Amino acid sequence: MTWLTWRQFRTQTLVTVAALAAIAVTLGITGAHLAHIFHTEIAGCLGRSGANACSTETLNAFTATDSFLQHFLGFTLIGIPGLIGAFWGAPLLTREVEAGTHRLVWNQSVTRTRWLAVKVGLTSAVAAGVFSFMLTWWASPLDRVNANRITPPAFDQRGIDPIGWALFAFALGVTAGVLLRRTLPAMAATLGIFTAARILWPLYVRPHYLIPPVHKTARIGTMPFDWVGVNHGPSSPMVVHVSMPGAWILSDHTVNAAGHQVPGATVFALCPVTTTGGVTKIPPDSCFIQHLTQLGYNRSVLTYQPASRFWPLQWAETGILTALAVLLAAFCYWWVRHGKVS
Amino acid sequence: MTSPQAPIALAPASHAATAFQTHDLGKHYRSRWALSQCTLDVPAGHVVGLVGPNGAGKTTLLHLAVGMLTPTTGTIEVLGGRPASGPDQLRKVGFVAQDTPTYSALSVADHLKLGAKLNPGWDAALARDRIDELDLDPRQRAGKLSGGERAQLALTLALAKRPDLLILDEPVASLDPLARREFLQDLMAHVADNGTSVVLSSHLVADLERVCDYLIVLCASRVRVAGEVEHLLATHRRLTGPKRDPASLPAQLQVITASHTDRQSTLIVRTEGPVHDPAWTVEELSLEDLVLAYMSEADASQRKPRPRLEAAR
Repeated sequence: MTWLTWRQFRTQTLVTVAALAAIAVTLGITGAHLAHIFHTEIAGCLGRSGANACSTETLNAFTATDSFLQHFLGFTLIGIPGLIGAFWGAPLLTREVEAGTHRLVWNQSVTRTRWLAVKVGLTSAVAAGVFSFMLTWWASPLDRVNANRITPPAFDQRGIDPIGWALFAFALGVTAGVLLRRTLPAMAATLGIFTAARILWPLYVRPHYLIPPVHKTARIGTMPFDWVGVNHGPSSPMVVHVSMPGAWILSDHTVNAAGHQVPGATVFALCPVTTTGGVTKIPPDSCFIQHLTQLGYNRSVLTYQPASRFWPLQWAETGILTALAVLLAAFCYWWVRHGKVS
Repeated sequence: MTSPQAPIALAPASHAATAFQTHDLGKHYRSRWALSQCTLDVPAGHVVGLVGPNGAGKTTLLHLAVGMLTPTTGTIEVLGGRPASGPDQLRKVGFVAQDTPTYSALSVADHLKLGAKLNPGWDAALARDRIDELDLDPRQRAGKLSGGERAQLALTLALAKRPDLLILDEPVASLDPLARREFLQDLMAHVADNGTSVVLSSHLVADLERVCDYLIVLCASRVRVAGEVEHLLATHRRLTGPKRDPASLPAQLQVITASHTDRQSTLIVRTEGPVHDPAWTVEELSLEDLVLAYMSEADASQRKPRPRLEAAR
């Protein structure tokens, strides 16, 4: 059985191995260079304060290194499971059904359940895993500077997360093929559902439901902040953007005792933006903080996933996606074993 | 509507076993019954012809027998086991599906390797010899083979598995007349050597006439008649004589079809004994006439009120 599966998927497997090898070479060469820059220019000043701290220019220049590769490979890694689902998973059964060969192969002395098990066993998970671990290694100096690996899309391009997505997408493709029995509709359905899941999951599921986020209320001034301002024009609320390196901040509001926010315009009236000789002068953050406090808007209400949750979230997400894949596979077994495909 | 099994002297060793047995077997698709009320008991050691028009339910019955489908009603046992219930059952039954599917991207040699890898009882010598005899190039891709060659390759896979029962669904439908004859002769030669039971379907009686010793007529999702060919031929007669109402015939004559002109009646009847009435001219039937009689009976019984009988009164 393994022989037949290998014989049928030989070309795809070799193409995948070749692609992974090419990526390995590219990442190996550029990754060594990246690590070298990190050790010579960044490691000494990262996390230091005052005169020893890294300059913003140095950090920005470093995080922009190989930005094409960062984005291209990152989003390839996110998209690849969908392609695997559509091009490997969906045709797994449909191409047999379309050629009638399932009637040949299911009448050898091997049960169709076993036939399916071996095919599903040799999945894309390994390829996605190898790709992800290479990229995780490559990007590790960048992640140390950016401190954003828990936020999307970095989270989706690191660690074991892509393995879960590859398993899920593959099982999704097989299921679509089993139900629709025709290759093209099954491929389209797989891509459609995968894309929707891939967009909606990090927006609505991951932040809230894998591990409940931390809620925290703190007086302004007791926590470091990045900047103070409005998100969408003067009528939107004024917010003190709390700084929490490495954490994934889901919401950040500056409120009074009653829990109400203040419109930006109210504070801007007290700390006006001035324009003299064509130069716009924004008042210092301290002016905003002072007036916010005086008006009673003196506390930050935060919802966030702390940096320490990176691996727990990775395991939770991969676990749930793997479980979904197992459920889909179980459904396919049941469907195929009970003679629903003839 | 099965025939009672009259024991006719046959190979005694195989007679005890059952090739397949169905009881009230039915398969319902969305809006129609593809097969219904099918009760059969076919002994092993026969070459069974399953004949009926296209869409009669032949493929459904065969797919139920190999477990490609599960029944909606009733039961089916093949060689004493539930179809496709496990590797053991799969090993015992060989199946060549309609249009003899093969993997078009795999070579002839790959197919033999597939057979060897997936079947513990694989007879490599038999497979190799057949490919040699058929003059197939082992490196040739199956997609490049002619229809006849592909059918032979599929048959080789099924034979080299050494099944106890070989099921073939319209194996010769896509072949030209010469290839048809060669395929069937070749199949028979092998079966005769090994005592394998065979079930093969066709919508043409002519294909089955030379090779089958057991016949099942399937029409409009029902089994019309089933039995050993010799017995069927011995118990069916065409009667021609002066016009009369079929209802007035003796009870042991079961009328299958009746047609009337102004003065004459022609009946096809089933009878266990000889017909003594001197008014009738009694003729034997060919297998084809017999099958056609059951098919037209099925056709007529589907039309509500039966006009033929009304007219006779």
